[in-house]
Amino acid sequence: MLILELYVFVLAGFVGFMVITRVPPLLHTPLMSATNAISGISLVGSMVAAGAHRGGVATALGFIAVVCATTNIVGGFLITDRMLKMFRREPHGDSAKPEKR
Amino acid sequence: MRDTITQLTYLAASVLFILGLRSLTRPDKARRGMQQAAVGMLLALCGTLMNHQIVDYRWIAGGLVLGALIGYPLGMWVPTTALPQRIAFSLSFGALAATLVGVAEYYSTFHGGEGTIGTAKMAALGFEVLLGSLTVTGALIAAGKLQEWVPSQPMTYRGQNLVNFVLFAGALALFGMVVVNPANGTAFYSMIGVAAVLGVLMVMPIGGADMPVVVALLNSYCGLAAAATGFALGNSILIICGALDGASGFLLSILMSKAMNRSFANVLFGAFGGETGAAVVGGGSALPVRSVSAEDAAIQLAYAQRVIIVPGYGMAVAQAQHAVRELAELIEKRGGEVKYAIHPVAGRMPGHMNVLLAEANVPYDRLYDMDEINSEFSQTDVALVIGANDVVNPAAREDRSSPIYGMPILDVDHAKSVIVLKRGMAAGFAGIENALFHAPATSMLFGDAKSSLTKLVSEVKNA
Repeated sequence: MLILELYVFVLAGFVGFMVITRVPPLLHTPLMSATNAISGISLVGSMVAAGAHRGGVATALGFIAVVCATTNIVGGFLITDRMLKMFRREPHGDSAKPEKR
Repeated sequence: MRDTITQLTYLAASVLFILGLRSLTRPDKARRGMQQAAVGMLLALCGTLMNHQIVDYRWIAGGLVLGALIGYPLGMWVPTTALPQRIAFSLSFGALAATLVGVAEYYSTFHGGEGTIGTAKMAALGFEVLLGSLTVTGALIAAGKLQEWVPSQPMTYRGQNLVNFVLFAGALALFGMVVVNPANGTAFYSMIGVAAVLGVLMVMPIGGADMPVVVALLNSYCGLAAAATGFALGNSILIICGALDGASGFLLSILMSKAMNRSFANVLFGAFGGETGAAVVGGGSALPVRSVSAEDAAIQLAYAQRVIIVPGYGMAVAQAQHAVRELAELIEKRGGEVKYAIHPVAGRMPGHMNVLLAEANVPYDRLYDMDEINSEFSQTDVALVIGANDVVNPAAREDRSSPIYGMPILDVDHAKSVIVLKRGMAAGFAGIENALFHAPATSMLFGDAKSSLTKLVSEVKNA
């Protein structure tokens, strides 16, 4: 089981490295906010901690973790979208394609 | 059956996340891709709600609502100039979530749970809370420094690295103790405390200009903590997302370090801009400086054929990005050509300048990376430097004794003439004298960047 998890980790890290190397510096800030939003996936673990009836302490810690992770997901995806919406091509450049609306 | 469905939603979510990140390689596809990633997130959440371990949904629902209420303003209302501290702040949130999940898992195992934890799982849990709590406090200090609630100057004292090293060794020793004997709760909780203190002490000595590296590095730690959570809980989507996040943060911090020609170790332990920088300043103030009025600068710009604008942190501070775009449009209307040169570490986080200019409606095909544009400065009539200093300092190219020697810079000094917008003659963040400001082709326009630009705009209109 552990070996399988290591496989997943290493291969995912490798995919991440390959993909992210190609992200242009232009979009590095959206990249950071996007990975930040995606890291909110720890909500998956937080929800189990908050809802599994393992005593008051575990529920309380889980609840705070759910709040933190949800904040990151909601805030992270919204701010990434807000930024990406701002990036526009030249409206009448020679190489520019007509913008779809 | 339910488990299989849950796992399938996780698989779908992982694919959508990777596609979302891949879409960020194309500015015109990025928005759609990230929206799909958000759908993936929703899928994963629905899949988790089917988990048979969850018996009580009240606290989950409450947490989701409260988190959404906090997250909305953090997403929609934070101005783009405050993006670096906003990201640092949410890194702290993400790390806190990972840490608390780890603590909850540990606590419930020894209070009503099985009472034992296997070595591999304990190592993962320990790694998770160690890295997590270090990131929580470290990212908070970084956010504080960027917001200037905490002094952004490096704070150093004698023996600092030794203290940090001892703390780090202590945290590792406690980690070892917990792995050997998982029931040792004292060691587990002290490790969290030590790591939290270490997070504060590690970021305090790092100066504001080095924050791009720190924020990227904390991003990577946050991802690794999430991956460790995945190992501890046997949850593959956490491992995948943690690995993606870790790889992204790691890659960005390498790029940023390279752009400053400094090693990781130097950023983390060097406390740049402290004593080392101060020794270099002095004696330079006697050099001549040519100050120019807004009228004269405007005439230069109005009749220029090729203009390159070099924005820096000063533009963000003055919120001058809209005035910059207005000026550029006027120059273009008069037949000039305007490009923007973006240094990788301009601003306080990777890519910060690009977002600011995009917000001001500058088309992104006008924004050029350092390598793309450096050869064009020699054919440029006017290079307009707005609140940038160290990234245009020719000493990095020429002066072997300079602390920034070897750092790749924008070759602004190759332009036929240079206009520098600057508040005063104070040295840049690294505390280093900048020969560009004394060069014969350079004229300085002193004042707040925004009001200077507004004056330039009205003068170019009249020219």
